[in-house]
Amino acid sequence: MRNSKVVTLEEAIRRSGLHDGCTISFHHHFRGGDKVVNMVVDKLAEMGFKDLHLAASSLSDVHAPLIDHIRSGVITRISTSGLRGELATAISHGLLKEPVIFRSHGGRGSAIACGELPIDVAFLGASSADPLGNACGYSRSENAKSICGSLGYALPDARYAKHVVVITDDLVEYPNMPMSIAASDVESVVVVDSVGDSSKISSGAIRDSKNPRDILLAKQAAKVVINSGYFNDGFSIQTGTGGASLAVVKYIHESMLAKGIKASFALGGITAHMVKLHEEGLIGKLIDVQSFDKVAAESIKDDMFHQEVSAVDYASGVHKGSAVHALDIVILSALEVDVDFNVNVLVGSDGVIRGAIGGHQDTAADSALSIIVCPLLRGRIPCVVPRVTTLITPGKSVDVVVTEYGIAVNPARADIREKLEAAGLNIVDIHSLAAKAEAIIGKPDPLPFKERVVGIVMNRDGEVLDEIHEIE
Amino acid sequence: MMFVPGNNPGMMADAHIYGPDSIMLDLEDSVTMAEKDAARFLVHNALKSIEYGNTEMVVRINPLNTPYGRKDVEAVVKAGVDVIRMPKTETADEVRELEAEILKVEEEIGAVGRTQIMAAIESALGVVNAYDIATASKRMMGIALGAEDYSANLKTQRTPGGAELLLARETIVVAARAAGICCFDTVYSNLDDMDTFRAEVELIKSLGFDGKSIINPRQIEVVNEVFAPKPKDIEKARKIIAAIREAKEKGSGVIAVNGKMVDRPVVLRAERTIALAIASGIISEEEAL
Amino acid sequence: MNTASAGTLESGDILIQIAPSEKPGIEIELQSPVAAQFGRQIKAVIEETLGGLEVNNVYVKAVDKGALDCTIRARVSAAAVRATGKDVWKD
Repeated sequence: MRNSKVVTLEEAIRRSGLHDGCTISFHHHFRGGDKVVNMVVDKLAEMGFKDLHLAASSLSDVHAPLIDHIRSGVITRISTSGLRGELATAISHGLLKEPVIFRSHGGRGSAIACGELPIDVAFLGASSADPLGNACGYSRSENAKSICGSLGYALPDARYAKHVVVITDDLVEYPNMPMSIAASDVESVVVVDSVGDSSKISSGAIRDSKNPRDILLAKQAAKVVINSGYFNDGFSIQTGTGGASLAVVKYIHESMLAKGIKASFALGGITAHMVKLHEEGLIGKLIDVQSFDKVAAESIKDDMFHQEVSAVDYASGVHKGSAVHALDIVILSALEVDVDFNVNVLVGSDGVIRGAIGGHQDTAADSALSIIVCPLLRGRIPCVVPRVTTLITPGKSVDVVVTEYGIAVNPARADIREKLEAAGLNIVDIHSLAAKAEAIIGKPDPLPFKERVVGIVMNRDGEVLDEIHEIE
Repeated sequence: MMFVPGNNPGMMADAHIYGPDSIMLDLEDSVTMAEKDAARFLVHNALKSIEYGNTEMVVRINPLNTPYGRKDVEAVVKAGVDVIRMPKTETADEVRELEAEILKVEEEIGAVGRTQIMAAIESALGVVNAYDIATASKRMMGIALGAEDYSANLKTQRTPGGAELLLARETIVVAARAAGICCFDTVYSNLDDMDTFRAEVELIKSLGFDGKSIINPRQIEVVNEVFAPKPKDIEKARKIIAAIREAKEKGSGVIAVNGKMVDRPVVLRAERTIALAIASGIISEEEAL
Repeated sequence: MNTASAGTLESGDILIQIAPSEKPGIEIELQSPVAAQFGRQIKAVIEETLGGLEVNNVYVKAVDKGALDCTIRARVSAAAVRATGKDVWKD
């Protein structure tokens, strides 16, 4: 068509004016199925670029090929919400000279919007795009090859990057509407065989956990929600995707039906569980920054009350209209919680990076009630500890910690403690949980951290929260 | 009473977090012959080390006429087990034989009288001898039905309604009540059919059983709901708890209610009754005092 | 003494293999997901358990899956009894 922006990847890179030292950005809506990051960085390496700053919304196991690009100097800096797999392990052992900058999803969105994280070229995968660049995370055409649903994490990049390249595996006729990324923000459109494997976003089907420990944790967490004082008609909720978090939704669902209570909205990563409640009329609207499975991705395409939202509108701490400010209850997981209610979701108890901040900091800080669900022990790994290995979410944001050995309430929330005690829940001192863990597994030896800093954890307001050191 | 395979350390480590009244670590049917020795060490060490709180600890040993039974008794008595469950009990003599084995070990370690016995009745002969078995020893704390072997022995099979088990169940309840001990019903193994399970729990509660054997933590909630303590039980439990406090204040090691000595399992059950009553929201923590 | 093993690779368990050794003492090769924090304690429990059974001059290979100390004791005891043929319980 006239004024078409469709070019090859190489041509798009050339036109972008990218040079050594620039910042390139990516989203992670295809999670473990992402193909864009590796494809683009391979091409940049082939074209001879060096010293690039890779600013992704998150990186996972599938991005292990970046190790070679770091060794050869193509990538010298990384900003992300999380790191997993071989890449994370290699970075923990000192692969990258510059420390990785970790931000929450809301923190990244506001850093991009406020100019703290300037992006030179954004390479944004999309499941459909027209020749002018109108793009979204699904396709209505017969040739649809992929689907990821919401493009929430890519929207700040699309809006604020100096140059935007949309990469799609389904070029559709103009106009591709409704669109997530608007043509006015897009400089080039690149058509490829595949931007991502949708089957790897998640298993795709609703599966109830049969793990008895998950069920126990979920039932306890549901009792906390139901007796918290926030479980009233019109409440709002966000949950994570772990086995226990998903199961919580099931028990809350039962109670909503029994008591005739409906939620006004569910926020965040949206799962098939949430879609089901929405379709039953129990949740008014879904505000979706990331579709966690195929059911959610399909729903955002077909349901006008299932609304995509940008990372900024989802969870920015700077923009006071972001959705987390309206959120009542959030249920989150943790790798570690300490006796001051600080949470670590990023670094394993072996000192190796193995997670992501995600929306943890953002939702805990601005929701009315934040509930952490985690087992006291995972094998011989303690989850309630005297001091977290790495500080991600400060304890002042965390209200309740649910474990299989009892429920701890932040001393700052005496109101919640009173309500939960009155409901007959097993409320314990968080120090006693840490002591119980140590009594069962013993006192761990200190981790062999080295001097060098391999990661810096930012708070969502742009301040440094903690440093991650190289591990032996 | 939750069954936990004796050769599965992962399950043994946290079985108590689901809140069963008692845990039965199994050395018999769930352990293969080749692993009997290893399971015995696991159960011995778990009993010694794991803090099971106020959960009553039961171990199902292998029959004494196998090469494993006597070693099982030694290993679990030395580890301080609350109750030994004897499988496939058919006569009172078998109970007395077990009692003698227990006594031998208790004398060796200077803890005479500590271990109680539960007899599982799993055959027609066992049912016919139920009262004799129930009264065979002062250590007898309960009798339990093992329905799989029993229905095979009857040359029938288990049905959802449980008609084939009715005589055995009633006989066991009557024998237990006549002997003044507890009685426990058999397991229900289809975890996906909670409705039939609930119907069975309601049936056995109405027959008079004190509890149900379960094979998975998911079954606990149903049993607790059906068995939620009645005001009478709560009152009795309160008396026992008050007697303990009184005994402690007096510095007396002997706890008595209405002139009768109270054993550790009784104290445990009283504490469980109060805990269950609080958990079910029947009484508040203040009211329990 | 023979070569023997006990335990599994299930979560929360530990697989212990014991073999007679020419070298004096107890040599332990440990694989564990918690080696950094608990490796020292796991080896100490293995040595202490073998010491209690008066088993010496052995090579022990331990593949840990997050076992608690009581499980390690049980698995080492079972492997040692299988290797020596001398049970600690009376027949």
